This record gives sequence, structure tokens and C-alpha cells, in this order.
Amino acid sequence: MKMPEPDKAVLARREEIAKALARIVPGDGGVIVDPDELRPYESDGLTAYRQPPMLAVLPETTEQVRDVLRYCNENGIKVVPRGSGTSLSGGALPLADGVLLGMSRFNRILEIDYDNRCVIAQPGVTNLGITKAVEHEGFYYAPDPSSQIACSIGGNIAENAGGVHCLKYGLTTNNVLGLELVLIDGEIVRIGGKHLDADGYDLLGVLTGSEGLLGVVTEVTVRILRSPETVRAMLAGFPSNEQAGDCVGRIIGAGIIPGGMEMMDRLAIKAAEEFAKAGYPLDVEALLIIELDGPEREVDDLIDRVARIATDTGASTIRVSETDAEREAFWAGRKAAFPAVGRISPDYYCMDGTIPRHRLPDVLRRIRELSETYGLRVANVFHAGDGNMHPLILYDANIPGELEKAEAFGAEILKLCVEVGGVLTGEHGVGVEKRDLMPEMFSKDDLDQQQRVKCAFDPSSLLNPGKMFPVLHRCAELGRVHVHHGKLPFPDIPRF
Amino acid sequence: MSETFRPDNAEQLRDVLAWAASGSKRLEIVGSGSKRALGRPVTADHAVELGALSGISLYEPDELVLSAGTSTPLAEIEAALAEKKQQLEFEPPDYGPVLAAASGVHGGAPDKSNPQSGTLGGVLACNLSGPRRVKSGAARDHFLGFTAVSGHGTLFKSGGRVVKNVTGYDLSKLMAGSWGTLAVTTDVTIKVLPAPEKTRTVLLFGGDAVTGGRALAMAMNSPYDVSAAAWLSASLAARSPVDLASARKAPVAAVRVEGFGPSVEYRCGALREQLGALGATEELHSANSIRFWREIRDVMPFASPGDDRPVWRISVPPASGPAVVTALAAEDGADAFLDWGGGLVWLAVPAGADAREDAVRAAVGPTGGHATLFRAPSELRGRIPVFHPQEAAKAALTRRIKVAFDPADILNPGRMYAEY
Repeated sequence: MKMPEPDKAVLARREEIAKALARIVPGDGGVIVDPDELRPYESDGLTAYRQPPMLAVLPETTEQVRDVLRYCNENGIKVVPRGSGTSLSGGALPLADGVLLGMSRFNRILEIDYDNRCVIAQPGVTNLGITKAVEHEGFYYAPDPSSQIACSIGGNIAENAGGVHCLKYGLTTNNVLGLELVLIDGEIVRIGGKHLDADGYDLLGVLTGSEGLLGVVTEVTVRILRSPETVRAMLAGFPSNEQAGDCVGRIIGAGIIPGGMEMMDRLAIKAAEEFAKAGYPLDVEALLIIELDGPEREVDDLIDRVARIATDTGASTIRVSETDAEREAFWAGRKAAFPAVGRISPDYYCMDGTIPRHRLPDVLRRIRELSETYGLRVANVFHAGDGNMHPLILYDANIPGELEKAEAFGAEILKLCVEVGGVLTGEHGVGVEKRDLMPEMFSKDDLDQQQRVKCAFDPSSLLNPGKMFPVLHRCAELGRVHVHHGKLPFPDIPRF
Repeated sequence: MSETFRPDNAEQLRDVLAWAASGSKRLEIVGSGSKRALGRPVTADHAVELGALSGISLYEPDELVLSAGTSTPLAEIEAALAEKKQQLEFEPPDYGPVLAAASGVHGGAPDKSNPQSGTLGGVLACNLSGPRRVKSGAARDHFLGFTAVSGHGTLFKSGGRVVKNVTGYDLSKLMAGSWGTLAVTTDVTIKVLPAPEKTRTVLLFGGDAVTGGRALAMAMNSPYDVSAAAWLSASLAARSPVDLASARKAPVAAVRVEGFGPSVEYRCGALREQLGALGATEELHSANSIRFWREIRDVMPFASPGDDRPVWRISVPPASGPAVVTALAAEDGADAFLDWGGGLVWLAVPAGADAREDAVRAAVGPTGGHATLFRAPSELRGRIPVFHPQEAAKAALTRRIKVAFDPADILNPGRMYAEY
């Protein structure tokens, strides 16, 4: 993976930069320069890529973030923001000549407002920390990425994190009400608040999922929801992927949007069952976990309807949770699917494409063919309701060339997703991982327009460069207006 | 000489915009023209009408996705969805009647014989959402992807046709609520959802805006999955065409539940019991419930023939809505109602005195919310800010984003802000 060439002039000033940053963030642990202490920051959740940063700075206040960014901007120093470092796409991968801006000290919940059903938190608060702060009053924060115990709400904003409840409750972007943001030039911008629909252009919308390339979030307002009265889950095993896919389509076709609807294939079921002893049937090709939430009356009614659909589409086993403990057991296997696969293989590589759901059987068949071509096994887990797939490619990094083979296989899967009308990433982000695949999905004109948005926030491209865009153009180049001779080139356009 | 261009396809639209960009020709972008009286008046050299960019190109009910040309009439979209028992979850409003009322024309109550005005691209460009906004999100939350021509005269796309997608910046969000000032969409893709099997509304009578607001908060904070929550003053409730709502001539707090039959019956009963502790209650079933919420959605309380009062659309934290009503609606001739659980204030003020702009901004400012001058004579909409004034850093960023899409300021000049 090619990253921007380190700037030798900046590297030569390392000591001076460290001193300047220490003046902005004084005290123990404000600035980290020791190579051993920098090591924990050398990678995020995508551990295949490692690069210690030039320096790390851990500010505590918005003003410190402002001053750090202003200093870096004035001195042409690159900045990589980092939350908890759980990105699966290398979004927080440091740069050799860059300052790593760690937001972990922004770890306080600032306000809980039940009357307006929202929480104001600093960006380093964990996703689960928000739910934990309000659950005693019967509320929760809906998006629940599987790293929720560790991942930060600021990182969730950067990556537009999802989770298993997205189909019904949306991604991060649908649950954020307001942000405080610091731009690279040190300007502080407040967007939205406790009200719905921020005024002016939807900056909230474009910042969510912008992967740390547009600004640094220093405060977040999210909406919280009242917890449902009842939650029940169903396991439905099928003799084929086609039947399981058909079942998912018919549930939605019947007007039912389950709280969660997950699918696993045979290898994933086996690995998860061995690891978590969730009670999964081992004689099926595909397993669905369908969760329904709401008032008891509704959940009981819908469980019956869903069970009928599963039977009609050929389910060979159906089990419905009778207690919360049983429901949690159903989920234990799915939630442990990644570590479970980690037990049957030295390494695995997690993909994240989304496809139109009806293409699932076809895409699975082609993944199997590719699996044979590359000689690498694949376990498949999906968010079945929304077509977001997580094929896990099993490999051994100690075998020379096998990582490269896994990456090439992964790229083929993502190209396949795009080919059938899907996208490169459903919830993990582009980062460095899928950066060079962007042209598979977007034309030069598409990417140029995205980069112009980047230029509006960060004209010198100092914030998290090397992520998302395969080629970085200079902003001046993108801003030019092309002259078309001032004459309408096609005189046959109807006009009146 | 002013001309009107009617491109037949995206490529012709691109050619018109490229030509305009190179000569700094200012263009007004028009779908069906249903929202021309919203926002600031546009100052343009020419008009571009998008009527030919119409038609549903993809609709897969099981995938919850629909793609259509930007000028496809909403009525056509809603009819296609209804056939598959689905709907636009953000409940797009039809402001035709309330905008027409001020000019002395009564647009008539929107019903089956008078279908939704406007286009899909138009409602997305203005990010307009109805009462279900509190539960299901805004238009922008259902906008998955698009193809558009930028002010550079370049055709580009963003997003996709799947509901879960984080590939690149989410430019659909920027398009939503940009009022055609950044780019002109040619095709749009949206998420659609199943229509509810059943709908019911609980009405609570009496009290004032503050007690009404408390009832809305109680319902919104309940586990009963309320899909709309509104409050009407006594005079506005008396005007409701739904007899059960108007008969008591009292203020009304209304909460709606939707979904599967047994669930709706249960939740309606539970809410009625809860709200019953605060006063007399009533229930609206099916047709009455639909009628009641359509009135709220379309701001019909201010659509009586000849009602030419300026109207403000104010978004505030839901718990602040009642106080804003109390502060601004007390004046003779003023009136207000609440939607979005208290978070959306619809305020009509007597004509003149710049629609009480200073008082409105002063009341809204401390809440962190924003006020939009929704209905007013074009002279006034050209003279005072229609959209909420922004602080300097945000205004500068907004300007840079505009330049990133439309460097020559050719698209809908003046529509949002006076300077560009």
C-alpha cells in the first residue's frame, strides 16, 4: 500500500514540532515522542498495515485541538485523527511524517437530556458507554457496531458505523443530531444541536462517514431511543443459501422490518458453534438469526408470521427464544463469529461489500469458485436484511505470499459486489484498504467532485491524506472552470 | 433574452450547464415549479425545466429500493408504492394549498382526488419531511444515491442503490436541503419501506401549549413507538375537518401509532390510558387518522382561503417548542401549532413588520434551533434572510462548499443566501 512520500523537511524538524505541541498540550502524556510509546499507535483494527507516527499528541480540550490543528496547518504538517483505533479499513493508520491526534482523553458524557431524548458526549466516549449511561432510564443508543465495547462515538461519526440493527434503526448518520468540529485552520464550527434537521447545507451528513479527512470532531449530540418492551430472536436453518435468501426477501415483502436479521454460511456456523456453543444446527447450509423487538403483543404476532414464512421457504429447523438468556445465546455465536474464525485459521481478512440482496446466491457461488481458484477458505456472515456481506478469508500470514493472495482475493470479491450493483464498503469505510479500488465504483469526474468537497474543508490536504482517494489532486487544479467557448454546443436542446 | 431550456436527457442538461458555467449565465432550476414560492426569490438569466427527466427506472419492493428520474411526479411514485403496500417513509408534505392560500386561491384539501404535487427530486432537494420525521428520519435519511450535473457542467454520481453504503463522502446528504444550489440531480435512488397495516391516533383535549408539550414528551418517551406527535391551539383545532378533533373547541395534543393490527390496538390503548391521566381523550381510526395527519403534514391550519399571514417554520429542541409558541403566538392575529413532538413550530404572524423577524430570531436563537421564513410575499423573502443566519465560520464553510460544486454561481442564484 503506497502512502504519501514522507516530507523530509518535516521529519528534520521533529524535535522542534514536539516542543511546540508540548506548549499547546502541556503535562505528562500530552505529547508522545518515545518510539516504544508510539508503538501502540502504529496500526488500527486493520493490523496488516503498520506505521508508527512521527509523534502523537493527546489533547484534552477543544481549544487544544484548535491550536494543534492551527499549528500543523501553518507548518504544513500532516495530521491523522484517531479515536479508539478499531477501524477495520486503516482509517487511523499513521503517517511516518504525520502527527497522530489521539482523542482518547475526550472521554466524558457532557449532558443527558431525556426531555429531548439526546446525549451530548465527547468523541472519545465509547459507543456502548452512551447506552450504559441511559439504560437505567430505559433508553439506548441504536447503532451497535460489533466493536461497541471499545469503539468511540467520534470514530463512529468518522466511519458512519453500522451494526446489526441498521435496517430498522439506521446507521450513525441517521442518529446524529449535532457536532462541534474543528477545521484544519483552527476554525470551530457548531452544526445542529438538539433539534431535528440542521440548518443550511447538511454538513452533518457529509461529515458523518468522512473518515477523518474533513475535520476533527470534539463534541457529539446523538439521539437516544426508548428501549423496546420485548425482544425475541429466532434461529432458522436452511438446506440452501437460496432458500435462506428467499426467506429474507419474503419477510421484507410481507412488510416486516426485523430489528436484526443475520445470516451465516456452513463454515461460519461450524466455527461459531465450536467456539460459542450457541446451539446452532450443524446440518444446514445457511442459518438466519431474526430478531424482533417492540411491544410483546407485536413481537408474538410477528414471530408467528416470520415462522410461517421460514417454514414456507423450506427451513429445516426453527427455534424461538423463550427467555432473554436464550436470545443472548443465539447471538453469542454470531457475535463471536470473527474470533471463532480466528480459531480455525491463523489469520483472517474481513471484507465488507454490500450487494442488492437478491444477488446473494449468485455472489456466494462465485465466491466459492474464487475460493477454489485462490486455494483459500471463506466463511460468510452477512447483515442479511440490507445485503451487507462480511466474507472472512482464511489465510496464514506466516506462509510467504499468502497475505497478498488473500488481499487479491478480497479485491476480487469487492469488484464482484460492484459488478452486481453493490458497493465496496457497507460500514467499515474505504480507508487505505479499499482506496485503490475506488475507481471500480467511481469515475474520475465522480472522485474529482468528492475531492472538491475535501478542498472546501482542507485545501492543503493535511488531514488524513492517503486515505479514501487513490490519487490526490491539488485543490487549485480542481477548482478551475472549464471554458466552453461561451456557445451552446448542442443547438437541438429544446428551448422556449 | 431569457430562455427556458428543457433538456431531454442528462447529457443535454450537462451541455446547458457547461455553457452557462463558461459564460456565468445564471439559471433557475425548475422541476414542476411547486416550490417556487419557497426560499428566496431566484435571480436568473434563464430557466431550466427538468420535466423530461421523469419516470421510475427501478423499483424492487423486496430490496426496499426505488430509482427514478428527478422530475418524476411524487403522485406517480406514491401510486407505484401503494400498489406494493409500501410508502415514502418520510411522509413528504404537499405545500401546494398552503402556499396558494396566500394568493387568495384555495388549493383544496389534498385527498385521493387531488394527488400530491411536486416531484421526487424537488422534495429531496428541499429535504422536506412530514410528521413521521420524529420516528423515521427526514427525506435525507432515505436518499441513497444520485446522478447529477454540477455547476462545473460535469455529470457525476454518488452513493448507490443499496441501503448500507459508506463508500466515499455521502454527497446525497449535501444534495438534500441544498435547494438546487449545488448541482442538478438527473436520477435519484431512495429507500422505501412497507406501509403500515393500521393507523390510530390518540387525542388529548385541553390545557395550553406547555401542558400539550408535556403530553407529547410523555408519548415520545414511552415504549409505544409513536410515529407522530402534534399539538393544535383551540382556534386551529376548531378548524380541523376531522369532527372528533374540532367538536370540543379545545386545544388538542395528538399522537399516532402505526403498524400491524394487534400491535397498534395495544399501543393505542396503552397511550390512551397514559394520556387519560391528563384530561379527556378520544381515538381516531383509519381514515380519520390519515386525514388528521395530512392536515398537519401540509400545514392546512394556515391554508384557509385568503389567509395571507406570513408563516415561519421553526425547528427547536422538542422540549423548547411550547415556550417558543408561548413567546411568539400570544400577539393578536398570530397562531401556532406544534409537530415533531414539539420540535417543529409552525407560526403564522400578522402581515407587516417584517413578519416579526427580530422577535422570531430572538426566541429561537437561545434554543440552538433555526427559523425559516416559509410563506411570505416575494418582496419580503428577497429583503430579509429566509434561512437562519449563520455564524461566520459556518457561513464561510458553506460558501466554500457552494464554490466546490458551483464555482460560477450559476445554479439558483439567491435561492438560499443573498450573496450567491
